[in-house]
Amino acid sequence: MTPIESSAPRRWKKPPFIANPLVRYGILIVAAAYLIWAFGSLPFNWARISEGVPRAARIFSGGFPPNFDRFELLLTGFKESFQIAILATLLGVLLSIPFAVMAARNIAPMPIYLVGRAIIIVSRSFHPVIVAILFVAAVGFGPLAGILTLTLYSIGFVGKLLAEEIEEIDWGQVEAMRASGAGYLATLFYAVFPQILPRQIGLSMYQLDSNLRASAVVGIVGAGGIGGTLMNAFGRYDYDFAFAILLVIIAVILLSEGISGWVRKKIW
Amino acid sequence: MLEIKNLVKRYGHSEPVLKGLDLKVEGNSVVSIVGASGAGKSTMLRCINRLVEPTSGSITLNGVELVHLKGAELRLARRKIGMVFQGFNLLDRLTVMENVLAGRLGYVNLFQAISRRYPQEDIDRAFHLMERVGIAHYANKRADELSGGERQRVGVVRALMQEPDVLLADEPTASLDPRTSEQIMVLLQSLASELSLPVLINIHNVAQAKTYTERIVGLRHGKMIFDGEPAAFNKDALDEIYGGIEAPDGDITAEPAASETTHDAH
Amino acid sequence: MVDHAEQLADRVWQRFDRKERLIRYAVLLATLMLVVWALSDIDIFWPWVWDAPNQISGLAARMWPPSPAGFANIVSALLETVHIATLATFLTIFLALPVAYIAAQNTTPNRACLWLGRFILVSSRSVNTIIWALLFVAIFGPGVLAGILAIVFRSIGFIGKLMGEAIEEIDRRPVEAMEATGASKAKVIAYAIVPQVMPAFFAIVILRWDINIRESTVLGLVGAGGIGVILQGAIDTFAWPTVATILLAIIVLVLIGEALTSVLRRKVL
Repeated sequence: MTPIESSAPRRWKKPPFIANPLVRYGILIVAAAYLIWAFGSLPFNWARISEGVPRAARIFSGGFPPNFDRFELLLTGFKESFQIAILATLLGVLLSIPFAVMAARNIAPMPIYLVGRAIIIVSRSFHPVIVAILFVAAVGFGPLAGILTLTLYSIGFVGKLLAEEIEEIDWGQVEAMRASGAGYLATLFYAVFPQILPRQIGLSMYQLDSNLRASAVVGIVGAGGIGGTLMNAFGRYDYDFAFAILLVIIAVILLSEGISGWVRKKIW
Repeated sequence: MLEIKNLVKRYGHSEPVLKGLDLKVEGNSVVSIVGASGAGKSTMLRCINRLVEPTSGSITLNGVELVHLKGAELRLARRKIGMVFQGFNLLDRLTVMENVLAGRLGYVNLFQAISRRYPQEDIDRAFHLMERVGIAHYANKRADELSGGERQRVGVVRALMQEPDVLLADEPTASLDPRTSEQIMVLLQSLASELSLPVLINIHNVAQAKTYTERIVGLRHGKMIFDGEPAAFNKDALDEIYGGIEAPDGDITAEPAASETTHDAH
Repeated sequence: MVDHAEQLADRVWQRFDRKERLIRYAVLLATLMLVVWALSDIDIFWPWVWDAPNQISGLAARMWPPSPAGFANIVSALLETVHIATLATFLTIFLALPVAYIAAQNTTPNRACLWLGRFILVSSRSVNTIIWALLFVAIFGPGVLAGILAIVFRSIGFIGKLMGEAIEEIDRRPVEAMEATGASKAKVIAYAIVPQVMPAFFAIVILRWDINIRESTVLGLVGAGGIGVILQGAIDTFAWPTVATILLAIIVLVLIGEALTSVLRRKVL
């Protein structure tokens, strides 16, 4: 190839991701400073942490093989978790409908919309475990607190998605109902609910699955179910039983995820 | 010199796609390979740089047997074989310059590649080639912002950055409009003579093949049934290659300049 | 169906055909039985249920008004919560990416790696953050390290799974082109794969950070650091007005996190 005469060797550098060098290095420095600050300010108890490795060895050697001797205890715990999940899903999915109607901009009047949104935002902001600990404080230990917790959790999640679904419905049907002289409730039942029903059934299945997951953890703060059993096993250094519970939890979660996914595929 | 001997490619247990091909390409000749879809054109080209594993046979490039190369040796061989793709196969989210320099990946080390610190000669060569095909002013544009013809130019320059001993072009114009595809064919033809580089072009458009290449190879059902100069490629040869298969007349017989239809990807 | 209806058969309007109806009734019946079983079998003292609204409103009344005392403590605990979430998300990136790489069908080196990767992802995802926290508290003692590790171990599955899916969805053609230039595996990854999954990567990490902020608010309940520690302390001492303040602080934190993630997402994508 005959090289074309070029006056000077041309430089090329990759154009930086952020054009302004000040911003570019600024972000890097801020990020590095943050990491240092965050690491520095966190109270690590190094003395205790250094004991971790032998402890881990003890826990894992104590945990294997997992011990299924107290199978009945395990079964009782799971049964309660299932019951909590089923009842909470039913309540939550039913209650989420009025809250979703409240929180849908296109069919709720402004003040009601704000209340509905606020309820959904608040119930979504709190991790179910925090809600559980409050309900345990209010109504005492046991599955009732778990059901209340997961009901609220379901209202937040299903309500939000359902409200979005309502906001996207085909408005023509609503107008048609109104034109035929239907009242507000009749319009809801004939023009709005049929449009969101398939979605609602799919969401219920999804919610049953995620309630089952959550029901395994709310027990840790005393709201009933397998979580409590697990917490007790850990508290009593019963690691072989704890690992047995963990394995069954994993198996149940995988199974329920599979079933829920299969059912949702069938419906949609 | 590229020499293919008794090349066979079979996917699974089905009928072979290539049934014992022989082909020899010497000097800086531009060879076009024509044939209907499924005739094995693309498979043959991909066997050469081993994007497709040949089932049996031999392929030598300047005396080096390519078929049994592995690992680092295969990569060394590949960097001497440039390839231009039908779908351009650019790195869409990277700049034109990065795409072009990617042609040097077989030469630079990993640190240079990741930090984009390519040797000055590579950058000079990149600018030189980009100027040659008229895309130098796009150096810092993202590849997906370019038009089809410009994108294929990037593809061509990337292949030439490899300083290849042979250039393979797999339907380089099939995704382009007629005018642009003419330009790309002219470009490939002139670059081949400027760089004295043998070029193998898979092409669907027989008119373009006749206009821009010096030798036409016709494939049908994995066998070579024509090999000769464009002048010898007559109606009979055409019928033999496409006969009984789809062959829109306008496409094959029309003069390139008047050709209005293009073939999109199949 | 009764005779009378049969006479009018062609005029009877039915929404669903016979088989569909049968399935519907069966599902409905099964659901009903499940609910009845759950209601009758569950270990609940029903008088408490009827009393629950009273109890809950009573608790709410005790919380009102939120007490501003200990506000400085709450803020520093919130910061600790954010630190835990951020550091854990940051650490997760380094662990999750290799797992994603071996768990993606098109990049995994071999089948053993593929199954190893999938095993890691599934076990990480099936164990809840708070259960991971329980385990790490048992190992490393109460404190932020247990919290960070818990979040890391749960996030690996999340980020790894989604990144693996992003890798599986890349356009193969640039990969082919890079292989054709004679580039090594590492260079092919750097040029053809990394740029393609970058947008998904940012979106996934930002999403997980948002989730981790929420998750790290509860770590303290099992002793793994963050705002949960003082929440638990306040509940144990029946300091309900302080509990209310902490709850408000958590809402504010979560909302700020959500706002920040939506801004970031818009900036990056």
